[in-house]
Amino acid sequence: MNNLVILPVLVPLLTGIFLIFFNKNISAQRWISTVSGLLTIVVSGILVQTVFESGIQTLQLGSWKAPYGIVLVADMLASLLVLTASIVSFTCILYAFRTIGKEREQYYFYSMVQFLMVGVLGAFLTGDIFNLFVFFEVMLIASYVLIVLGGTKIQKRESIKYILVNIISSALFVVAVALLFAVVGTLNMADLSQKISESGQTGMLTVVAVMFLIVFGLKGAIFPLFFWLPGSYQAPPTPVTALFGALLTKVGVYSIIRVFTLIFYHDTGFTHFLISILAGLTIVVGVIGAVAYWDVKKIIIYNIMTAVGVILFGVATMSTTALTGSIFYVVHDMIVKGALFFIVGAMAVLTGTYNLKKMGGLIKYHPALGWMFFLAVITIAGIPPLSGFVGKLLIVQGGLEGEHYVLAFVVLLSSLLVLYSVMKIFMNGFWGETKLSLKEEKGTTKGLLLPTALLLSLSIALGIGAEWFLPYFYQAAESLMDPSLYIEAVLKE
Amino acid sequence: MEILMSFVIGILFTAATYLILSKSLLRIIIGTALLSHGAHLLLLTMAGLKRGAAPLLGEAGPYSDPLPQALILTAIVISFGVTSFFLVLAYRSYQELGTDNLDKLRGNDSHE
Repeated sequence: MNNLVILPVLVPLLTGIFLIFFNKNISAQRWISTVSGLLTIVVSGILVQTVFESGIQTLQLGSWKAPYGIVLVADMLASLLVLTASIVSFTCILYAFRTIGKEREQYYFYSMVQFLMVGVLGAFLTGDIFNLFVFFEVMLIASYVLIVLGGTKIQKRESIKYILVNIISSALFVVAVALLFAVVGTLNMADLSQKISESGQTGMLTVVAVMFLIVFGLKGAIFPLFFWLPGSYQAPPTPVTALFGALLTKVGVYSIIRVFTLIFYHDTGFTHFLISILAGLTIVVGVIGAVAYWDVKKIIIYNIMTAVGVILFGVATMSTTALTGSIFYVVHDMIVKGALFFIVGAMAVLTGTYNLKKMGGLIKYHPALGWMFFLAVITIAGIPPLSGFVGKLLIVQGGLEGEHYVLAFVVLLSSLLVLYSVMKIFMNGFWGETKLSLKEEKGTTKGLLLPTALLLSLSIALGIGAEWFLPYFYQAAESLMDPSLYIEAVLKE
Repeated sequence: MEILMSFVIGILFTAATYLILSKSLLRIIIGTALLSHGAHLLLLTMAGLKRGAAPLLGEAGPYSDPLPQALILTAIVISFGVTSFFLVLAYRSYQELGTDNLDKLRGNDSHE
């Protein structure tokens, strides 16, 4: 029992409620959000260190014993993601100060961000599969508000599709939980894992596993279920897109990792093979989209899909090396996608358009922005010693050890195309003929560089200090490979 | 009784799928409501319909499982909130976009 586990959920929840009362006082809202963002980071940092030093931490809510009550579990994977998510959301809040606009600020933008964080962090920390559904819904309802807030035409049009897709996937989630409950008779993840390993993973359970894959795949935008992503993520303003792109898809990915390493890991020949095929196709589709479009936001959005594919490939391989790589890559991708969206948003602020063909030569007046973008580009492409390299290296190494030669090749090839797709932005947007003089620019990058620089320096630290950070990721992967650690921590208290 | 319920759930899902595939936004919303009803009933049926006494101390056992009721209550509240949000959004976008036909809500970058 450790009350620390609930703090990352509690801090944003209370802040969110508190902020509702200050909706007209923007500067108060900004201060409260900043302080609470920092507080969440500090709490999550302490959580990571505690888990690193003394193993998995649990909290039984209301002191109801584990398989009966709801339990929150912070293992290394969960707490690392909690820390990363709180850092990314903090920078999104900083970025929003300059870009989101007074109207949205007055209509509860900051509280909604906090509620979104409640859902995201809660989903990472919960140890009960129905509670996971509840935190998903908290996150989704906040995201519905964020995607529609501001009410421009494109937002309304796209948010209808986004909400419809998510309502259907929520209903499927309930169905999957019901079937699981009918077969196993429990909803606590540790208890589920134990009971399924005792009774064996029957055909019915594999069906349920695939249903969960569909539900989480819809959130994580894996291959056949990604159709809603490019449109919906394009509609809201940049800080919201950055939040969604960095966090929401990763919650889906996290749930796939959790469910398929803790509960349904017995029939890997079928489920994990399926995941690896889907991962490969996701990478291919993501790369095609990224190469094809000339809209800077769309290029980055399709790159999210590529990253999801790479991460899932590591998960499908199910070896400690590949899982370490996957977890490292999730963390890296959350950080660097946030930074990329920030920079692309800053480009749009300067030029007033997302169309790459109308930009050009931005580096003449904005060298800092340009070189930061260059750094983000080589990070995302996985050039050593930056953080993308470490993750991809481990994933490919794990893939080759597991003899998935074709998919490992696809991952490597995708790096090149990803590099091409973002280099396209650099070549056309920053280099080339300067199309706008300083006076013609639509806005300034003042206040936008700080959050970007924060994320990028973190990404560089993660790459250069990989030797120092890797023990954390190894611990996360090891406890995923050995579910008995998780079960013991939850049930044997 | 469970078999009868299974048929009811099946019919609900069929109707929901049919409605969601139609073009009018209002029909789609009713479809999503039916879909969540189906899911909730499934949750209730899957745990076994009432088998014994109310799970209170003092009642003679065997008891019914109270967990599905708690789960359904949570799920109903969530789907209630989401459906009402969806209805308001549909109304607002009907006012602004002037259509509730999903075919006309298609668009790409050039259609701001």
